[in-house]
Amino acid sequence: MKEKLSSFVASFGLPRLIISAFLLALFILAPIVGVDLPMQITNVINRFSWNAVLVLAMVPMVHSGCGLNFGLPLGIISGLLGATLSLEFGFTGPMSFVMAALISTPFALILGSGYGWLLNKIKGGEMMIATYVGFSSVSFMCMMWLLLPYHKADMVWGLAGKGLRTTISLEGYYDKVLSRFLQINIGKISIPVGALLLFALLATAMWAFLHTKTGTAMTAVGSNPVFAKAAGIHVDRIRMLSVVMSTWLAAIGILVYEQGFGFIQLYMAPFYMALPAVSAILIGGATVNKATIMNVILGTFLFQGIVTMTPTVMNSVIHTDMSEVVRVIASQGMILYALTRKTEVTR
Amino acid sequence: MSQNVPLLEMKNIRKDFFGNQVLTDINLTLQEGEVLGLVGENGAGKSTLMKILFGMNVIQETGGYDGTILLDGQPVDFKTPFEALAAGIGMVHQEFSLIPGFTATENILLNREPKKKSVISAVFGERLDVLNRKEMNRKAEAAIDRMGVKIDGTMVIHDMPVGHKQFTEIARELSKDQLKLLILDEPTAVLTEKEAEALLLSIRSMASRGIAVIFITHRLQEILDVCDKVVVMRDGQIVQDVPAKETGVTEITRWMVGRSVDVAGKAEIRDNPDAPVAMSIRRLWVDMPGETVRDVSLDVREGEILGIGGLAGQGKLGIPNGIMGLYDAGGEVMLRGEKIPLNRPRACLNASMAFVSEDRRGVGLLLDETLEWNIAFPAMQIHDKFLKNYLGGLVKWRDEKAIHDITQRYIDDLAIKCTSSKQKAKELSGGNQQKVCLAKAFALEPGFLFVSEPTRGIDVGAKALVLDALRKFNRESGVTIVMISSELEELRQVCDRIAIVSGGRVAGILPATKPAEEFGLLMVSQVK
Repeated sequence: MKEKLSSFVASFGLPRLIISAFLLALFILAPIVGVDLPMQITNVINRFSWNAVLVLAMVPMVHSGCGLNFGLPLGIISGLLGATLSLEFGFTGPMSFVMAALISTPFALILGSGYGWLLNKIKGGEMMIATYVGFSSVSFMCMMWLLLPYHKADMVWGLAGKGLRTTISLEGYYDKVLSRFLQINIGKISIPVGALLLFALLATAMWAFLHTKTGTAMTAVGSNPVFAKAAGIHVDRIRMLSVVMSTWLAAIGILVYEQGFGFIQLYMAPFYMALPAVSAILIGGATVNKATIMNVILGTFLFQGIVTMTPTVMNSVIHTDMSEVVRVIASQGMILYALTRKTEVTR
Repeated sequence: MSQNVPLLEMKNIRKDFFGNQVLTDINLTLQEGEVLGLVGENGAGKSTLMKILFGMNVIQETGGYDGTILLDGQPVDFKTPFEALAAGIGMVHQEFSLIPGFTATENILLNREPKKKSVISAVFGERLDVLNRKEMNRKAEAAIDRMGVKIDGTMVIHDMPVGHKQFTEIARELSKDQLKLLILDEPTAVLTEKEAEALLLSIRSMASRGIAVIFITHRLQEILDVCDKVVVMRDGQIVQDVPAKETGVTEITRWMVGRSVDVAGKAEIRDNPDAPVAMSIRRLWVDMPGETVRDVSLDVREGEILGIGGLAGQGKLGIPNGIMGLYDAGGEVMLRGEKIPLNRPRACLNASMAFVSEDRRGVGLLLDETLEWNIAFPAMQIHDKFLKNYLGGLVKWRDEKAIHDITQRYIDDLAIKCTSSKQKAKELSGGNQQKVCLAKAFALEPGFLFVSEPTRGIDVGAKALVLDALRKFNRESGVTIVMISSELEELRQVCDRIAIVSGGRVAGILPATKPAEEFGLLMVSQVK
């Protein structure tokens, strides 16, 4: 029994066990301190559905040994370009979501290839460079959002008539298109089946990809690039592919996020989007070199659970707004923890 | 001190690395002012012995050693190099440990500089003493003089020719007043002939001043020129301990490579000069750090096992690594009449060549993945084996069952010790990892196989299995094998012909039946 328990702890990981226990405690504590539990559960599930695809975007680059994609904002920008252009071209309703995804794809391919080319030049320092690629692309787009010739009345600044607003409402466009699709309501709990389905589809595709010849090569490149090279793999090409996949998933991920959230957020909003996704996959048990779909699901659930539940429960207990502090401690702390584990890889 | 108490006495020194015996019952004595030449093949245990004497950390970390060391008749046991230094032992390593931006004098006296008091240091303590440049120059000068060569103490290391750097290192050891014993680990390896001569002179002049010297080198003539006695090591044992006057290069070579295993497998060796050429290598150069290949031309015959031997650093490892595209290479390589493009690993693999790398952990294995992945991966990627095709070949799905079956087959065939085919490669012992590397190459079903250092760092039992597997693969499947190894005896057991590489060139090719000393002579023929 004891052996079984310790082997379970070893495979599940102590940090995850502690976090799960903490989350469970929060769920138990919630009704006692007067928090509306069904609403909080709905909240956690919804936030899971918004964020899961962004977390999934981490997987390809981890597998190919490019580390965690701190350059996620680049993919997000592709998604934002797709979203704004889709609205600008006058698409509405569910069609605007489909078009946003289609339009953002070429942007993701082009930006992703450039980003991949850069990462191939600086092997070993990917995560550092990625962070700054993300940051600088956000700053660059801050200028472009103002300068690009958008004209749609409900997207541009009211008085000037040009330059995009910081926040654009998606009402009448693709607000909750996925969440409402096949939505199930049990009592006060509502489940956004459409959004979960899309995530399931992408996650299954990713899982399947990792079982193909190319997917196997990708994992091998991440595990030992010299071995892969000696087995005749074009290491740079595989890495490039992983970066493009990651960027495209980020673009789709932000669209899913927007449809749930109900707004397009521009300018500095993508700046910090990478960190919650990075922390989520790390909480889920991924390392800098290994990540599975299970890590994505578990991690997103735990991370979003913690950041939704902790502030509400704590606020009810001590009557002070602690939400942002807790969120920052949880997400940054997890990244710090995971990066110290980096040396685990055997060479 | 009387001559009857030797300066250094090592008694029954034994050392094993995790059960792998590397030194057995070493007994060694050294008198004051005596020069001892220590020779042996790579891996014979020379450097391990010196590490024990010098108290290197690696010895402690791997469980210490057995036996006693007496210095001036007193038992000593150095835990760190600092203790050895304090006791009067100096060591000059192959790699320089000098500060490039400092002058020779500064390097020689680093951290032991004579100092002057000043007002500031009187107030703030001795760390702010001023260097006594005059005294420094005098001391450095004296140390350089003791060596018997002329180098400029004011010259910055950076600007010095290699030889002078080496002399600076030696001078640093000599400047220590307590120095009694100096260990020189291949000091002439980087020197030109002139510089080497000067060094040998200085060794003699040190000896005449009463300093004992242990001199390790591959250049046997130097040993005869300068040493009082020669100690030959092989397989962790001292096989000969004779005065230098009473022996010669040929004899030393024979002791070095040994004759003991001459009988094994002789009958099977085939030398068929009429066999067609499988691979012809012309004017190959390879830029592999530490194993530079300068100009190799070689014909490999169909169906044979060709051995490539030679001392470390002479370029034998560069040949397969260069041809297989892992390091920059140039020249011409033809496989069965087809030109093999260099610097493109994929092209070599497509031409049904395979390579088992000497760097098991770095190149040979996916340490974090299962045995199944390790064995099946190259065959999957190169020949589309172990894949199921869906949607008309658009989706190539990993066939887990086929992968499991092939892995299980090789686990049984090669007797790989593991808990299951899903075990991670890093959890296996060195010998079993090597078998996995072989299985990986066998699974490719190659027409031509390079095997590099297949027995490096594995124990005797595993060695035999690995060599048998290679031989069987060659004889039963008719696959041409080129095997690179530092161990001549092993090559002579397995190969049909053996090429010896020396100084980045092929020094000669002999049938494996030739006596060991002929190979030994080739090995040292062009050492640079």
